[in-house]
Amino acid sequence: MIELINLCKAFDDNVVLDNVNLTINDGETVVIIGRSGTGKSVMLKHIIGLMRPDSGQVIIDGQDVTRLGGKELNELRLKFGMLFQGAALFDSLSVRDNVAFNLLEHRKMDDASIDKRVAECLSLVGLKGIEGLRPSELSGGMRKRVGLARAICMDPKIILYDEPTTGVDPIMADAVNDLIKDLQSKLKTTAIAVTHDMISAYKIADRIAMLYKGKIVEAGTPEQIRKTSNPIVKQFITGAASGPITEDS
Amino acid sequence: MIGWITDLGERFLDFLHYAGGITVLTARTVFWTFMPPFKRRPILEQMVKVGIDSLPIVFLTCLFTGMVLALQSAYQMQKMEAKLYIASLVALSLTRELGPVLTALVVAGRVGASIAAELGTMKVTEQIDALETLATNPIKYLVVPRFIALFFMLPLLTIYGDIVGILGGYMIGVWRLNILSNLYWDMTWNPLKVKDIATGLIKSFAFAVVICIVACYEGMRVEGGAEGVGAATTKAVVISFILIIAADCLFTALFYFGFSF
Repeated sequence: MIELINLCKAFDDNVVLDNVNLTINDGETVVIIGRSGTGKSVMLKHIIGLMRPDSGQVIIDGQDVTRLGGKELNELRLKFGMLFQGAALFDSLSVRDNVAFNLLEHRKMDDASIDKRVAECLSLVGLKGIEGLRPSELSGGMRKRVGLARAICMDPKIILYDEPTTGVDPIMADAVNDLIKDLQSKLKTTAIAVTHDMISAYKIADRIAMLYKGKIVEAGTPEQIRKTSNPIVKQFITGAASGPITEDS
Repeated sequence: MIGWITDLGERFLDFLHYAGGITVLTARTVFWTFMPPFKRRPILEQMVKVGIDSLPIVFLTCLFTGMVLALQSAYQMQKMEAKLYIASLVALSLTRELGPVLTALVVAGRVGASIAAELGTMKVTEQIDALETLATNPIKYLVVPRFIALFFMLPLLTIYGDIVGILGGYMIGVWRLNILSNLYWDMTWNPLKVKDIATGLIKSFAFAVVICIVACYEGMRVEGGAEGVGAATTKAVVISFILIIAADCLFTALFYFGFSF
């Protein structure tokens, strides 16, 4: 279980997270929605310990991530897989070495076993025979898939998705959504995705939470969010230009 | 008046922040250098990039510098009928001063810029964040191999640069100024002491640390996309140049006054 308790983060005068409270149960897929720049990715980076909050806690399986350092934090991170917005593949490594990065760095495995695991992960995301390519030789959609293959290579308990469908065409976006759903059902992992793509949110979420002005203004099942009476959430999910959310908010 | 003082204060705080950041990165790099796991492959790859790939540019820079030194000193020495001493002047100037400094400047321009740009690009494309999420320390994975490679390759490049520079001086001295070849070699090696080479090498170890830490620090704190990467690359080279010259001045004074070198 992941618990965010009174999480606060500000950059100078800009309050990004303002007493955020959210609980994510094991095996659940929660999608955080909100406008660009509202702090969705910042929240994700707090969960995996890439950022430290000004105050508050992030509790994962009883451990407070905000108090962990060095070795303990790295051990916890091995339970995670993370898909970055731009995939964040290492340019200097081949697809094989990108996917197998954790195995090469943290496990003592022979080359044949590594190759087998890489092929398995790539096949789970619908790719094969591209182990020798460099990230610069891949399309946007393929990069996302390879990023996903890297994220699942160590059989993580928790997968974090940062804007999984941004930067790919609608057909590829739907394929990525299917892939995420498929992985969730196969691997039974806990997942947190941040996005402003409502099609993706409805498709992959067990629960959707909306972040607005540093706070979770509403959380519920996709159906509850669809029928919400909250004007802020309503405006966001319908994409209306007029409403309580203004350009500067 | 108040605005001017505020501006000065802010600049001083920025300087302290920068100096603190550099110090912390240096300490962490040294710490992680001695922490397992120890992997040879990334270090060897960096040694090729830093050392082998720098050979042509160090060759050209030091060869021409040796030639220019011989020609410029000939201009004065010939008037005093002392052109034989050109060989000693070239050898001592190169090994004690110009060899280490010029090699360091060339490497700072070539390698320092490349490190800052590479790490900066990794930062803005979230590759450094990705490393951390993959339970890998970015300093151990990115900085340490570059640090070790520079620490060992820069002194070797300096020795290479010294030899090439002396060769450049020889070409002018023997082929253009008609100094006898064996006389030129005698006047090169006889006055040259181990301490002359050692002072140059000690400097080059320090320059290697400066180039690596400044470039990595600038690269790893890039903000703002391609523009930020460009700015960090420029800053890495400019700051390295200034620190190399300043460190050279410090070491020369130290050797001269402190250790009578």
